[in-house]
Amino acid sequence: MEFLWAFIIGGAFCAVAQILIDTTGLTPARILVLYVTLGVFLTAVGIYKPIVDFAGCGATTPLLGFGYSLAEGVRTAVDKNGLIGALTGGLTGTSAGIGAAIVFGYLITLIFKGKPRD
Amino acid sequence: MRVKKLNRKPSLIGWGSVVGKRESEGPLSDDFDIHDKGECFGMNTWEKAESEMQRIALNTALAKAKMGAESIEAVFAGDLQNQCVSSVFGLADFGAPFFGLYGACSTFAEALLLSAMLVDGGNFDTCAAVTSSHFCVAERQYRFPLEYGGQRTPTAQRTVTGAGAAIISSANGNFPRITEVMPGRIVNKGIKDANNMGAAMAPAAIDTIRDYFNETGYSPEDFDLILTGDLGAEGHATAMDYLLGYGIDLRKNYSDCGLMIYDINRQDMHAGGSGCGCSASVICGHIMKRFEKGELKNVLYVATGALMSPSTSKQGLSIPGIAHLVRIEAGRR
Amino acid sequence: MDINEKEYKKYCAGRAKKSPVFKDTFAAFICGGAICAFAEGLKALYGMTSLPEDTVKMLVPVTLVFLAALSTGLGVFDDFAKFAGAGTLVPITGFANAVVSPAMDDKSEGLIMGVGAKMFTIAGPVIVYGVLSSALYGVIYWLCEVLL
Repeated sequence: MEFLWAFIIGGAFCAVAQILIDTTGLTPARILVLYVTLGVFLTAVGIYKPIVDFAGCGATTPLLGFGYSLAEGVRTAVDKNGLIGALTGGLTGTSAGIGAAIVFGYLITLIFKGKPRD
Repeated sequence: MRVKKLNRKPSLIGWGSVVGKRESEGPLSDDFDIHDKGECFGMNTWEKAESEMQRIALNTALAKAKMGAESIEAVFAGDLQNQCVSSVFGLADFGAPFFGLYGACSTFAEALLLSAMLVDGGNFDTCAAVTSSHFCVAERQYRFPLEYGGQRTPTAQRTVTGAGAAIISSANGNFPRITEVMPGRIVNKGIKDANNMGAAMAPAAIDTIRDYFNETGYSPEDFDLILTGDLGAEGHATAMDYLLGYGIDLRKNYSDCGLMIYDINRQDMHAGGSGCGCSASVICGHIMKRFEKGELKNVLYVATGALMSPSTSKQGLSIPGIAHLVRIEAGRR
Repeated sequence: MDINEKEYKKYCAGRAKKSPVFKDTFAAFICGGAICAFAEGLKALYGMTSLPEDTVKMLVPVTLVFLAALSTGLGVFDDFAKFAGAGTLVPITGFANAVVSPAMDDKSEGLIMGVGAKMFTIAGPVIVYGVLSSALYGVIYWLCEVLL
């Protein structure tokens, strides 16, 4: 069942983004920014946590989940360290993803060369 | 009068065309002189590859004209890169006097037009017109990284990997000749979508073609072929529609280089090709071959360009277009 | 005789070929859903090891980022994305692709100003606005804690 809900919820987030790309003038970059900030907002008001509990990776894998990690990280850090946590918590919560992107990205860049796409 | 008649009828005595993989797989495949499936042309960066294409194109044109680089009194060249560096690095070794041009996709017509006028005026005996574009270079500069996973909209055009070079001379003999030219004006009709260049450039083509027929009194039937640079599917249909509204019926013999260079459906090329190398390679490959075979005798070539930069696009400015006209006729002076 | 700008814009908007919304959306749903279900599978797989739950939660996006980066390097990510659209863009795979692809392109400009500087030209805004909004949330959250 977890797989099915992850599929449906995750797929639905992607489908909404696709509709926005195709029917509005919003560029992909703007939609990604929108999704991340929306993820932070929905987590802040307490809506997103239940979705994560329900859909698992269907909610954490899309960029909304990136916003969720940022907001969760900030909340944990503020609880622990006070106001300074507002600065440290976001990147702590997302450090695995960003760190992996930089390290793997760099290594891949050293090995491969781009080629003309169709 | 915007139309300039060239009384000495400068001749096109040599031409060369170089293209990449997808262009070589297109319908005009057999007409191009040289292609490289890897699109690297032996170089380690795409920018150098584009320069190399210009060098090969000009060498091919010189070989066809049976002359050496020292005979070129001026070369007019351009490309889509910042500061026209593809042309600079590709043509530096020829040692010829150099003019760098920028007219976006219209640059080849601009180069032909200036070369022809200066040869007609007696200032030069032999000029060269060379332009190029490379898909990978243009993507990097104007759009997204090559491996970026994005989707292209149906109105988007693909930058052609290609280069064309032509030698314009005062020589006598049986050659295709440039008999009339008409420099284009900058026309801006408020189109902002960088993924619909055809719509942005069509008004310029309409402006140039309409004024040409009005001034000269010719009708489209007087030509074997009327060819726009690279309006693509959108711009081609738009130009035809609007010109029909002005009483100029292009339905019989009007085509577009951006539509000819690819098989749009088979190769999934959306609205067609674009770029300085698009009409340059089609003219120096396909069209010149047909002149040689005697299939074409009288062609109106109207190259269009979208005069924008990534900065102007991001700052929300609309995209101005331009269309330069060159009439090419077969035969002796 | 001149082309009327307003009419022309309307004409172009009317004739411009539209994206196939239904087909694109369906592809995005299937591909995006598949990536999320795959992530769920990874979570289950890692869960079978003795690793603590927090580590498993971090390993899942790390694996996805690695696979996306590798397929970008191999030149297959963009082919898949052409079909999947937002299906690959919205999951963290799209973030990884947005980091790797500009870096690969600009390798020719050197490892510092090419790879190093260009890595975040596309993905940067996501981090900037994500961190900004989460910091804002942190301040509000802190105020609520202090005041209430």
